Amino acid sequence: MAATLHLLYFAWLRERIGTGEEHVAMPAGVDTVAGLLAWLRGRGAGYEAAFGTAAPVRCAINQEFATHDAAVAAGDEVAFFPPVTGG
Amino acid sequence: MATIRVQAAPLDVGADIAALIADRHDIGGVGSFIGTVRNTAHGRRITAMTLEHYPGMTERAMAAIAAQAEQRWRLLGCTLVHRVGPMLPGETIVLVLAASAHRQDALEATAFLIDWLKTRAPFWKKESFADGGEAWVDAREADDLAAARWGALPAP
Repeated sequence: MAATLHLLYFAWLRERIGTGEEHVAMPAGVDTVAGLLAWLRGRGAGYEAAFGTAAPVRCAINQEFATHDAAVAAGDEVAFFPPVTGG
Repeated sequence: MATIRVQAAPLDVGADIAALIADRHDIGGVGSFIGTVRNTAHGRRITAMTLEHYPGMTERAMAAIAAQAEQRWRLLGCTLVHRVGPMLPGETIVLVLAASAHRQDALEATAFLIDWLKTRAPFWKKESFADGGEAWVDAREADDLAAARWGALPAP
């Protein structure tokens, strides 16, 4: 796990990307959520459809809510999802 | 110690209330919020609702919310149960119970718990409509405002 990221996607982000979960090699030069988002957008049409719109995307790192300027490191579990709508 | 559950099975509200107060003679009241699935949204008839969540984080977030309530009010127990998966209009989707010696703590804690549960736990609703369409529910600004009145940070 040392040099990988565990990525999770929920709700319409999961549907547009086409998967709910993947492990990727830690991308070179990425050290924040914002950097990871920019890298993800370049991975294909589904990712562009998920992350390339004005719709707000929230994030959690290791199961704690995080902002887009939060640091991301190899081994982290990083989840992307729309604003929550439970209750 | 709070009771926290995420389950696909239908909720039995009476059983959860009974479990909360069983053999307890120090409890003076139990506040409750029971959320149910509505049959319309934006003028469209809803035939089903599906709840997605983030296993692992969901339970952690719910436990953190319950811990906040236990810090802020004098509670003698609390219960948070949220359903996931498909459900039908009229079915219970969420149950919040807060027990205390007196009603003010129980009722205030109940309102806090559901406000934070709506804005700080990773659940997402998808509505299926009678006309064949389906749509993810948008987060509501009113829910963020309701949560913020407890002095919380803005919802993440």
